[in-house]
Amino acid sequence: MQHAFEAIDDSERLIEQVRCAYVSRSPVRIRGGNSKSFLGRPVQGEELDTRSHRGIVSYDPTELVITVRAGTPLVLLSETLAEAGQMLPCEPPEFQDRATVGGAVASGLCGPRRPWAGSMRDFVLGCRVITGQAKHLRFGGEVMKNVAGYDMSRLLAGSFGCLGILTEVSLKVLPSSREQRSVTFNISWAEALLYLSEWRKDSLPISGACYVDDRLHVRLEGGAGSVQSALRRIGGEELDPVFWGMLREQQLAFFKDPRPLWRLSIARNRLVDPLPGEVLVDWGGSQLWLKSDETAKAIRHIAEAADGHATCFTARDGTEPFHPLEVPALRYHRKLKERLDPRAILNPGRMYADF
Amino acid sequence: MSYHYDEDIDGALPSHDRAQILAELSALLPGSEILHEKEDLRPFECDGLSSYRATPMVVVLPETIEEVQALLAFASKRQVPVVARGAGTGLSGGALPLEKGILLVMARFKKIISIDEEACVARVQPGVRNLAISQAAAPFGLYYAPDPSSQIACSIGGNVAENSGGVHCLKYGLTVHNIQKLTIVTVDGELLTLGSDALDCPGFDLLALFTGSEGMLGVIVEVTVKLLTKPQSAKVLLASFDNVENAGRAVGKIIGAGIIPGGLEMMDNLAIRAAEDFIHAGYPVDAEAILLCELDGAEIDVLEDCERVEAILQAAGATDVRLSRDEEERQRFWAGRKNAFPAVGRISPDYYCMDGTIPRRELPRVLRGISELSAEYGLQVANVFHAGDGNMHPLILFDANTPGETERAEGIGARILELCVEVGGSITGEHGVGREKINQMCAQFNSDELSLFHAVKAAFDPAGLLNPGKNIPTLHRCAEFGSMHVRHGELAFPALERF
Repeated sequence: MQHAFEAIDDSERLIEQVRCAYVSRSPVRIRGGNSKSFLGRPVQGEELDTRSHRGIVSYDPTELVITVRAGTPLVLLSETLAEAGQMLPCEPPEFQDRATVGGAVASGLCGPRRPWAGSMRDFVLGCRVITGQAKHLRFGGEVMKNVAGYDMSRLLAGSFGCLGILTEVSLKVLPSSREQRSVTFNISWAEALLYLSEWRKDSLPISGACYVDDRLHVRLEGGAGSVQSALRRIGGEELDPVFWGMLREQQLAFFKDPRPLWRLSIARNRLVDPLPGEVLVDWGGSQLWLKSDETAKAIRHIAEAADGHATCFTARDGTEPFHPLEVPALRYHRKLKERLDPRAILNPGRMYADF
Repeated sequence: MSYHYDEDIDGALPSHDRAQILAELSALLPGSEILHEKEDLRPFECDGLSSYRATPMVVVLPETIEEVQALLAFASKRQVPVVARGAGTGLSGGALPLEKGILLVMARFKKIISIDEEACVARVQPGVRNLAISQAAAPFGLYYAPDPSSQIACSIGGNVAENSGGVHCLKYGLTVHNIQKLTIVTVDGELLTLGSDALDCPGFDLLALFTGSEGMLGVIVEVTVKLLTKPQSAKVLLASFDNVENAGRAVGKIIGAGIIPGGLEMMDNLAIRAAEDFIHAGYPVDAEAILLCELDGAEIDVLEDCERVEAILQAAGATDVRLSRDEEERQRFWAGRKNAFPAVGRISPDYYCMDGTIPRRELPRVLRGISELSAEYGLQVANVFHAGDGNMHPLILFDANTPGETERAEGIGARILELCVEVGGSITGEHGVGREKINQMCAQFNSDELSLFHAVKAAFDPAGLLNPGKNIPTLHRCAEFGSMHVRHGELAFPALERF
């Protein structure tokens, strides 16, 4: 599938819009494909659409680096990489092809491979960013190792546009695995945990582990030899690999449940049972999706008891989407926001009411 | 321009009566060792960049987090600068003391608090040595991946402050990819947790911001590191080349073939000879370059990849390819590389280690540039290169006792770094800016970018008490640095495109 696509450098227009917003002290609401507008608090402000600033700036597969403008559709990035036998290993969701690269980095959402491959920010090498004072700056670069100055690029990943507007990112990419197989087991979660622990100790090439509907689904990726030998070792029934895409895109039947959707990110092996609602376990036990009518307070308490935090993906009626920050951390978030966006014009309130 | 802190261009520092500060500290921290006699301060005058020296006003070695908090609260209240120091192995002068400041030495924080075999994490104090973590995790079949060459001595707190790398970064990442949680003490003496025991945490990624921040934003008092399962198998291929460019091309071919080696290192002839003479690793001393390619993972995949890589190396013009026969030979192949710096130290009275990174495709151009600069400055340069991730360590050979050679070494070093920036790289891949590369920061970043760095600093340390004069140059310094270079006509690229 090749998307009709024209690369355009529209940075001047974006900078000008931020300059006007800075002068008039009026906030902007940053958007790419609007595919994640459901996540976070509503922002009042003039819309700033990054999609006109798009295109692949440079890509050399042997350098394992791709530089992309923020408004580029994520699906185009994936296709470009796939043509060279490479991938962005953290598997950010594409949300019906609407997601942009800028939005993927700014939200930091990751797919099923995250615990084994790393997070979105782990693959960020550099960026260009429009600051709250309408300066277009460059941090990091296209090299794997770079410790000159503070790591602004990785700070901006997952900051939901509150510290700056990403206009371009350089990402580390990796070769796709030569072999990929998926299997499923009809076992209890307790058994699944024991198996996962054993398989980890045996260094099996696992790149996905999800428990839903009383089944453990496992993905193996690596060289043909190690995947085949792991398959012989663990057995199981064959699973259609389409499952992993549907999990990443939240298209499984589980996500159709009308109750509010919560994401609990917890310490490994700290899952408490039973949870108040329907549960899908991903990331080998580190990420739980919960469909529940329970109060935000109760769900956050469960997450904290497991050394984690809870995010509401369907926040309504004044529910705060993101887990409250501890008092000292909140203070430093506020200070950072004040210093980097002194007129509070960039997505104010998207993450927390305070900034 | 001298490396010493210059209040005219680095910013004024508060002055204090030394005896008074000493008396107050002694009263405040009865449990901490406090050093102030001249001979006691001498060992702390420098870190691993031993040509840069300054005597601290006073050295404090606290034992508890509460003492670190009390010390920083005191420093804030009395406006005394504080420089934090780990094991003192840093190579960029990041722990260079200030004559008007307290040197906060974290060496007493040596405890491995816990290892969680199931969660694959270790909670450690910042003074724990890098290698000690892997040793403690070994009984569980686990290890801590980043392995800077100084790993027997360097501390994890320093690794976090510098975002240290090592020879396995291409596959296993830098420090920032291998830590999960930090506890830091802010300049006000407050405890702050960054990251979490989960794989992510709410809010901004302050863990990433603090990693590599060189002690400018807070003091690390606890680190939770990720541990990895030891690979089943690891093999090293040692390939010889009769020219450096072929070796460079082979690196691109290996990665282009979809293979990510655990380690991929290159050394040039001067480095090969020095290492062989010192370690007897079995390196071919007549080769112009060698590549060390380590493949690790499941045994069956490693064997397959070894065959593929061997074919690629042969096709790329390798004159000889050897596969490590056993673990002992694998270790020996690595020992030569890991001891390349001290090996060069044996053939030259002094050497100066650089740390630039470049896009790999620019390697031939940069090596040619270094060789031209070497002729221009009349100094030999040995090249050791983390080829997989584009991190170069040119080692400049010189004799500090020969008048003018130190300045020439610094001159060629600065030019090499500027060359790295010119081809789209960075002035530092893993050693940090510290004091050493403070001027080259002006070549890598413009004044708006530097101003943003200062804004970040001000959010955490508005009075600028933590490690002043390091990491981020003042705009004043860049103005001075720029004009100096223009005056001497050395900077050939006032209109240089920054990568």
